[in-house]
Amino acid sequence: MQFSSRLIEEAVGEVSKLPGIGKKTALRLVLHLLKESPDKTLRLSDALTNLRTNIRYCSCCHNISDTELCDICSSPRRDKQVICVVEDTRDVMAIENTHQYHGLYHVLGGVISPIERISPADLTIDSLLERIRNEQISEVILALSPTMEGDTTAFYLTRKMKEFPIKITTIARGIPMGGELEYTDELTLGRSIQARIQYES
Amino acid sequence: MYIEKLNLINFKNYEEADLQFSPNINIFLGDNGAGKTNLLDAIHCLSLTKSAFHSNESYNIKKHERFFSLLATFRKENKALTLQYDLQSGQKKVFRCNNVPYERITDHIGKFPVVLIAPYDTDVFREGSEERRKFFDAIFSQIDSHYLLQLISYNQLLKQRNALLKQFAESGRCDDILLESYNERLLPLNASIAGLRQKYLDQYIPYFMEHYQAIAEKREAPSLQYQSTVLSNHFEDQFRKNKSKDLVLQRTTLGVHRDDVEFKIDEVALKTFASQGQQKSFLIALKLAQFDLFRSALQTTPILLMDDIFDKLDDFRIGKLIQMVQEGRFGQVFITDARPERTEYFFQQLQREMRIFTIENGNVQEK
Repeated sequence: MQFSSRLIEEAVGEVSKLPGIGKKTALRLVLHLLKESPDKTLRLSDALTNLRTNIRYCSCCHNISDTELCDICSSPRRDKQVICVVEDTRDVMAIENTHQYHGLYHVLGGVISPIERISPADLTIDSLLERIRNEQISEVILALSPTMEGDTTAFYLTRKMKEFPIKITTIARGIPMGGELEYTDELTLGRSIQARIQYES
Repeated sequence: MYIEKLNLINFKNYEEADLQFSPNINIFLGDNGAGKTNLLDAIHCLSLTKSAFHSNESYNIKKHERFFSLLATFRKENKALTLQYDLQSGQKKVFRCNNVPYERITDHIGKFPVVLIAPYDTDVFREGSEERRKFFDAIFSQIDSHYLLQLISYNQLLKQRNALLKQFAESGRCDDILLESYNERLLPLNASIAGLRQKYLDQYIPYFMEHYQAIAEKREAPSLQYQSTVLSNHFEDQFRKNKSKDLVLQRTTLGVHRDDVEFKIDEVALKTFASQGQQKSFLIALKLAQFDLFRSALQTTPILLMDDIFDKLDDFRIGKLIQMVQEGRFGQVFITDARPERTEYFFQQLQREMRIFTIENGNVQEK
């Protein structure tokens, strides 16, 4: 792509590094900002700078937080005996939106994948074990994506937690609510049949 | 099942072509390089979502063009189905059945089976065990989609485990629990894949024997023998015991990714001692057994593609094949040949409907 200005080229180059944004979309965004009033761009760049310099991770669950201890970890209304292990912040948000869970979280920061050079040491696994050792934990819920890497990580965590007298559970897998049975993929449907549960009326 | 119509755009050396086929016999005549085999490959692509000849799909795009498109009407159990396969260079392929794109392309595998007989394709004997695994995996994946999914999982786990072994070797430290996390998931997959390979080979071998006896000139005893360390009773122990060896070599040394199928004639390995004729008989019997297995397992008659068989086979074996065509053992058949008079000679007595196409430089004309 040929640019009439080096400044634009630079800005487009940076914006297009973001996930899901190609050169053309980046150019559209950059030109849009130029068309708007200058303070809009400054507010955006300030917000980003603030985000980058002031963001913190909760010292307990490693979720993104504004404070040393995040709102969930410091809330007196949460059940402090249950920890739900998730991959990243987005999963915390997804589960929070269900309003069905009132325990604490632990954000791993990824899943184990030797191909991508992500080893257990790159995740917050030691910190999780530390929490189980030092706090009164009765249950750990593994809420990892049902992918190859998620499953391996769950297996690894289970082995690591074996020495503690806690209940280890994993979220159920099966047919989505409101979904049509015939459109469910075979793997999920097969598993749902195998792992069927007692009907409760 | 058969193909009624095929339309190609920018596929290999075709700019555009429109063909209407016979449900019985279709013959492509033309000089070498005219594009006969490309038509077979187009059919292969529509069946298996990939080319029979190269792994990089974008090689199938006509030179200096940016995309290709294949559109065909198939008839299966008296219903017309359209299949469309589009590829734009640098993008993911799109595969549609009745205008609906597949969410997972693997869902298509096995629905429209084809068998390609290309007699020069002797890699399956001459090369290492990998070629034979590929050959049988391709067959079994088409009759059992669970087999395919298990293979995909297995290969992904194996890659991860090998990457892990490499990292352990580099750092000099081994996390046993992490390694065990992979072992625990690979072991059941090994058992299950080996079990399915054994099961499907047991169904496949009788077909193979029957065809070999029919097509060979003299009485010989061919054999196919599945070889796998996984079937041994001590496999799990052995797999774990091999840890130190795995660490030194930085790869997983035991498992179904090392399986082989041994080909023998009269107790002698085919690779080293067989004559050209025996190898050809073996290859054709392998392919015809594939045809029969597909037909019984998928409950539909596969399309048979025969590439250049007249050039590479002797009259005796050609005669046998033609006789099978004559007896109606196959459904729809596609045959390529460079010499029209030879094809006429072989097919003149045939009492079946056929269509003959002459191909010249990517242009097709029906005779």
